[in-house]
Amino acid sequence: MWDYSAKVKDHFMNPRNVGEIPDADAVGEVGNITCGDALVLYLKLDKKTEKILDAKFRTFGCASAIASSSALTEMIKGLTLDEALKITEDDIARYLDGLPEAKMHCSVMGRDALEAAINKYRGEKIEATHDDEGKIVCTCFGVTDKKILRVIKEHNLKTAEQVTYYTKAGGGCGGCIPEIEDLIAQVHKEESAMAKAEQVSKPKVLTNIQKIRMIEEVINTEIKPMLQKDGGDIELIDIDGDKVLVALRGACSQCVGAITTLKNFVEKKLQEYVADSIFVEEVKE
Amino acid sequence: MKIIYVDNNATTQVAPEVLESMLPFFKNLYGNPSSMHIFGGQVARYIQIAREKVAALLGCDPIEIVFTSCGTEGDNFSIRGILEAYPLKRHIITTKVEHPAVKNTCEYLAKRGYLLTELSVNREGMLDLDELRASIREDTAIVSIMYANNETGVIFPIEEIGQIVKEHNIIFHVDAVQAVGKIPINLKNSTIDLLTLSGHKLHTPKGIGAQFIRRGTKIRPFVIGGHQEKGRRGGTENVPYIVGLGTACELAGKNLEKENTYVKILRDKLEDSLLNNTPNARLNGHKTMRLPNTSNISFEYVEGEAILLHLSEIGICASSGSACTSGSLEPSHVLRAMGVPFTAAHGSVRFSLSIYNTEEEIDFIIKHTPGIIKNLREISPFGRKELKESLR
Repeated sequence: MWDYSAKVKDHFMNPRNVGEIPDADAVGEVGNITCGDALVLYLKLDKKTEKILDAKFRTFGCASAIASSSALTEMIKGLTLDEALKITEDDIARYLDGLPEAKMHCSVMGRDALEAAINKYRGEKIEATHDDEGKIVCTCFGVTDKKILRVIKEHNLKTAEQVTYYTKAGGGCGGCIPEIEDLIAQVHKEESAMAKAEQVSKPKVLTNIQKIRMIEEVINTEIKPMLQKDGGDIELIDIDGDKVLVALRGACSQCVGAITTLKNFVEKKLQEYVADSIFVEEVKE
Repeated sequence: MKIIYVDNNATTQVAPEVLESMLPFFKNLYGNPSSMHIFGGQVARYIQIAREKVAALLGCDPIEIVFTSCGTEGDNFSIRGILEAYPLKRHIITTKVEHPAVKNTCEYLAKRGYLLTELSVNREGMLDLDELRASIREDTAIVSIMYANNETGVIFPIEEIGQIVKEHNIIFHVDAVQAVGKIPINLKNSTIDLLTLSGHKLHTPKGIGAQFIRRGTKIRPFVIGGHQEKGRRGGTENVPYIVGLGTACELAGKNLEKENTYVKILRDKLEDSLLNNTPNARLNGHKTMRLPNTSNISFEYVEGEAILLHLSEIGICASSGSACTSGSLEPSHVLRAMGVPFTAAHGSVRFSLSIYNTEEEIDFIIKHTPGIIKNLREISPFGRKELKESLR
């Protein structure tokens, strides 16, 4: 038994705006009967202002799918298309005083249908912004890596189970769960790198001493460990304005790819964390 | 609001007679049956009486009955206890439509190196016995097949299956949790070696089960501990519940005829009416080889959870094999194994009756269900054309 809020129950028992708009300006369809839920959304627009004059829906699905569809149509009436596009699945859930986490994919479906309808109306290629693009990760429910990455980022999801709640991916045979876990790890790695970058993020003006300290720190924390993993090492020799002089040690000193390492990795990292103007030169001893 | 309970394959109302018989063991008769003093020791007598009552319902010797905590324990005990007793045999045969207590136990063992064969079923939920014959191997340790299916009520030809199994000297386990008390079972001249039952499907409270182990069957205990149940199941006896199960089995024997007349008539009335008065409704499972109390009906183009919540709003308690009700995202493994199309599997509803249901209750369900289906179909984008055509 799901613990539904009074508002979910109300929108399920008495759904608003059920039906079709025969001369709809925009129609969005998502889901299918195999997956267990599907939604068709119809919009009537004031073409000059792009305001949504009327919205109707038909949904096949459980109580939360019906309630989410009903809520969405209520929320978007009177909005312009641009305003409507800003509605997130969390907004839909909030409007309903919350949805059980395992049912979040129902509100995701509403958002996807809205996006599909608007894209179709504007004549944009649906693939251009829709999650259909990308590699299919979950073959049971046809969910792409792009969609999975989006929900992981937007909702800061930490487990494959949560991804299933939001997208259904992994909820069938479960064969793609390792791949989903890789995607989660990928997102959180990116995020922690970004957070770090922000921590040491480039201040507008650097004194010389600040610059030297930062270069030292980046070399020690970001660059050295990576090179050491491959049996190499790096030593900071001197800093002259924007010129950073380093010596490559260990495996790196004999490596034919050393110049690439220097330019593509060491210099890039220093530019990223300290200043764009930095360039690196190797000191041969 | 009056509750109309038609979800008896999930659990049942505690029979007043059962509760009454249990009460003294929550009060004065609290002794431990293993104690040397008379105060405790006298309780052992009541356990023996209960054992005799369970044995009487099943047509076996009381010594062949072991009390357990539930059906799931019995299923685990049977399968794992046999594999441990026959360490050189590595093959298990079961079906694709078993209850999770058997299905997940077997899948777990398959991951640990055992070889598993899961027999298919046809559209009516019936087995192909030639597939069983072809699956048997030199090292098959156990064949575990349910008596009757919990979702559809389909009854397997257990004795026919048992003949095949025993030709090869393989242990035959039957999960009879749904069958006991609903259809006659006599283990005296049966091919069954191990049979599992659960009390709460028979009007006891939850937390008691029993296991039939044919005399001479080599099996290792699953719960290891004291000497209770002749060392076959350790742990101090759950005396009040064992006594309750005894009473429930005695009642079940008396009510067996009512299950197959009164309950069956109510079930048939409900089923025929819903199938005739709702367009695009279909029965899941064999029409006649079925428990007298169970009806599994698919209402195409609508989703099961939505139906259940509408029924629940007017006091009707049923269940569904839809994805949204199972906690997983795929509809029931039983319906999928039967090849029920997705359009219908998501919209399945199981009604399971008991002797406590009345004709008035059934009429109430008959009156309100078609309207709920019609309203949900109004909301659904699917099947609009098909429904119009079928109504023409």
